[in-house]
Amino acid sequence: MKCPSAGTLATLTLISGLSLAVAGPVLATGDAAAGKRDWTAEHNPPGSDGPRSCATCHTASLTQAGKHATTGKSIEPMAVSVNPKRLTDPAKVEKWFGRNCRWTLGRDCSPQEKANFLSYIESQ
Amino acid sequence: MNKIVLGAFSAALLAIGTVGIALGDDDDDEGREGRRGWTARGTDVAPVANQTYRTECGGCHFAYQPGLLPPDAWAHVMGTLDNHFGDDATLDPAVAQGLLDYLTAGSSEGNASIRSRAFAANPIAGEGPPRITQTRYFQRKHDEVPMRLVKDNPKVGSFSNCQACHRGAEQGNYNEDLVTIPGAGRWED
Repeated sequence: MKCPSAGTLATLTLISGLSLAVAGPVLATGDAAAGKRDWTAEHNPPGSDGPRSCATCHTASLTQAGKHATTGKSIEPMAVSVNPKRLTDPAKVEKWFGRNCRWTLGRDCSPQEKANFLSYIESQ
Repeated sequence: MNKIVLGAFSAALLAIGTVGIALGDDDDDEGREGRRGWTARGTDVAPVANQTYRTECGGCHFAYQPGLLPPDAWAHVMGTLDNHFGDDATLDPAVAQGLLDYLTAGSSEGNASIRSRAFAANPIAGEGPPRITQTRYFQRKHDEVPMRLVKDNPKVGSFSNCQACHRGAEQGNYNEDLVTIPGAGRWED
């Protein structure tokens, strides 16, 4: 059973991210299982000194606090169940997708990948 | 057990070595700057007073005060956020410009704080993006601190983690009296 707010946020996020590229709202249905797989998928973008994944900083468990790979600063858990502030600010979500997809994958995430991550985070 | 004793002995030897170096260098807070002077006269670094800066920059690392770098260094940092010391720290351009204005206005150059002006006094050493840790003033102030207490200390990890040892860092107070190195205690030079 899907939480209604997940779909709303996914839609909002995609609108804000793609407002320059498309005329109307883009609807993408997230696949939490795919998001979970992508979360730990490792990448070696140019300039990296070892494999990177979302889990590099956030850990493989969304309910745990993470740690910035370089500075060591603590990162609050991603799971909405333990950190209700998560996914409440679409601009913030979009900003971090931009930064973190480029650092981890060496490219922007696709709308579908983002929707999958959002569904996974919502489900935890 | 023997290892622990040997470790403690080595540490003691190292400490003696450090005292020996300290006697001969110019890092004398007591004489030249006045041990109480920084805080008593309010001459230490002005604390961060911008919420956006605190959120956007302090989200990933210690929110370094504007008065720790000269304006051209801040301009370089804010102009290369897509490769921010190896990380992607891209910001909305309008937000980035607002932060650069804030950093420039409070930069080390012409600053009312004596310590900030000390940061501005010499060019930054080394190649690559400007780093506070590569200012001559920073290096002179930390040259006696052994690596094992900072880089090789898992509770500190880097000289960039000001607040790990400087208990007054958030308030812009870098007085040596407020230095406690995790796992090593009070620092005396």
